[in-house]
Amino acid sequence: MREWAELEVQEAGGARTVRLSGPLRVSSIGVLDRELHALDGPVQSVDLAGAGEMDTVGAWLVLRFAARHEAQVTGASRQAQVLMDAVRGCESSAPIKAPRGPLFTRVFEHVGAIMAELARGTVRVLGFLGAILAAFGTTVVHRRFRFRALVRQMELVGVASLPIIGLMSFLIGIVIAQQGAVQLAAFGAETLTVNLVGRITLRELGVLMTAIMVAGRSGSAFAAQIGTMKLTEEVDAMRTIGVSPMEALVLPRILAAVLMMPLLGFFASVVAIIGGAVIGDVLLGIPFLSFLARIQEVVPTYDFYVGMAKAPVFGLIVALAGCYQGMQVEGDAEQVGLRTTKAVVQAIFIVIVLDAFFAVFFSEIGWE
Amino acid sequence: MAEDDSQFRDAVEAQAQGEVPERFEGKYPISIRGLTNAFGDQVIHDNLDLDVRKGEILGVVGGSGTGKSVMMRSIIGLQRPQSGQIEVFGQNVEEDAPAGEINLRSRWGVLFQGGALFSTLTVGENVQVPLKQFYPELRPELLDEIARYKVMLTGLPEGAASKYPAELSGGMRKRAGLARALALDPELLFLDEPTAGLDPIGAAKFDDLTRELADTLDLTVFLITHDLDTLYAICDRVAVLADKRVIAVGTIPELLETDHPWIQEYFNGARARAAQESNARATHGKPPPRRVSGAPVGGASVAPASGAPVTPDGLARAAQGTGADVPAAGASRGPATNGPRGKALDNPGDGQA
Repeated sequence: MREWAELEVQEAGGARTVRLSGPLRVSSIGVLDRELHALDGPVQSVDLAGAGEMDTVGAWLVLRFAARHEAQVTGASRQAQVLMDAVRGCESSAPIKAPRGPLFTRVFEHVGAIMAELARGTVRVLGFLGAILAAFGTTVVHRRFRFRALVRQMELVGVASLPIIGLMSFLIGIVIAQQGAVQLAAFGAETLTVNLVGRITLRELGVLMTAIMVAGRSGSAFAAQIGTMKLTEEVDAMRTIGVSPMEALVLPRILAAVLMMPLLGFFASVVAIIGGAVIGDVLLGIPFLSFLARIQEVVPTYDFYVGMAKAPVFGLIVALAGCYQGMQVEGDAEQVGLRTTKAVVQAIFIVIVLDAFFAVFFSEIGWE
Repeated sequence: MAEDDSQFRDAVEAQAQGEVPERFEGKYPISIRGLTNAFGDQVIHDNLDLDVRKGEILGVVGGSGTGKSVMMRSIIGLQRPQSGQIEVFGQNVEEDAPAGEINLRSRWGVLFQGGALFSTLTVGENVQVPLKQFYPELRPELLDEIARYKVMLTGLPEGAASKYPAELSGGMRKRAGLARALALDPELLFLDEPTAGLDPIGAAKFDDLTRELADTLDLTVFLITHDLDTLYAICDRVAVLADKRVIAVGTIPELLETDHPWIQEYFNGARARAAQESNARATHGKPPPRRVSGAPVGGASVAPASGAPVTPDGLARAAQGTGADVPAAGASRGPATNGPRGKALDNPGDGQA
């Protein structure tokens, strides 16, 4: 049992005295605080003679109670007096929570802020794009391209993500082949599984899934890296030295993503086809090598072009979203997290929307 | 009142978490024996010993990379040492608290270098975090009141309580960090470079505040600093970290009598002399900083500190100290330009003189 501070009310000659006993510490005033709060009627004095050790919370409690009842504090030990003097003059009625308007106004405020931010954001993105092009221009003119940074980023974006993208694509190939075979069997057209796997991976899924994976892996990393560098003023330091952060940080990352995405997309498609071929061999009785040979016959070359044409665009989107959000970080660590999330969500969303446009476009030009 | 009493008591006791240890009445709130810390091959501390006396402000100095912060982290249990024993309030920090007792962590407050405030909470809410953690039985209204007066106690303006850390200046953030460190009225306060990054006026004010609070609240303070002004102005003793251990502990005059080259260089540099002289002038006419032990100590006590006896009645001493030369917290504070830093600034040539 914890030892709680106690109170006792004494009435003598019409005057009420509250006697406190026990330790008056933050750990022991839980009961006393409620009792004092519930105590009604006039109190003329507070007697601390029987009180034990005190800390500032106890002192505060006594002072506040005495002030509320305009009571005198008697019997305070020296320590109690010192502490009460310390906290006297610290009264304040300031709010603890950050100010918040009523719900009604907050909703409109929030919606308005989103719309305004959307407009400003559009302008900023355009500005960012322009800055990148300008930076690209100057690096070409002055021939001071940062090859080492580019190669490093290509390694991080491309080579380092080969295992995870390979695994993902292999499994996707398996799933498509297996599910496709089940459905096509209803028409007795299991052999069309080859067409399904070959065309869908080369044309759509290989690049799309890769873009999503790169957005999650590299787009987020770009945003977090650049965002943290902004917080630690590294970006500002670069500027003061005369190094353009656009050239040193943003351009290598964007170029790396643009260059690596087609390679990764192709790799993903090939691995997915292999996955499909494995399932074909196991479930459908199509020999592994026949499956691959059949791919060559049923998949038109333009499917490959469609995939490869989309890849650099997706790479650009992913890297742009990551770098842009990273550069927007200001203030505190929470921003880094928010911006990183935004970068990934935006990148994936725009990639999927664009993919739909591409699908319509390529159908229209006859590459069906 | 009787029935009310029991009614409140049951509700409160249902929420309260366990026993609260008594205030520490021993000699050494912190006692380190044979502390060894190493990161890989790099040995930071080798068999380090240190005792911190109750009620003192112990300044810890040492060159960069001598492991001052690592030592602090070891004491507060953030860094598991390779070997050695660290006792805080006579209790091994690595062991769990005795059954049914509230954690050791409720008895100390830590101010990290950058303030380390929780950025998603306002200053007031930051102060409430430890209170809610250890004393869930407190009423929300009382929590608000406590947060308010703690904020005021550390010299922040009223409005600061509802501000987010990102909206505060560096100095205000330190004060807010101190307010959180003091939230539980701890017996022991750790300050990691409290004045680093503050302007001289702000630093002097923070020093005054530390001294004031330490005296009023009867705190033992473990203060890591690079700031010579802080050492001269408010520290009772100084521990010097070098050669992977605490090479000396004592008052500054005592340390000056040792002939370790680092200590000589540190306290006899131009900056040190300027700080010393300006402090001497600033405190002229005022009593020197309160010393912990009444007994004279001959020469620096070399580690382990075989300290002189400590006056046991810390409370009375704190009261006297406060009454005598330190204005109570919350009272009007004199302009800091009278402090040591102000003087040093007036006459920057002092050091070379």
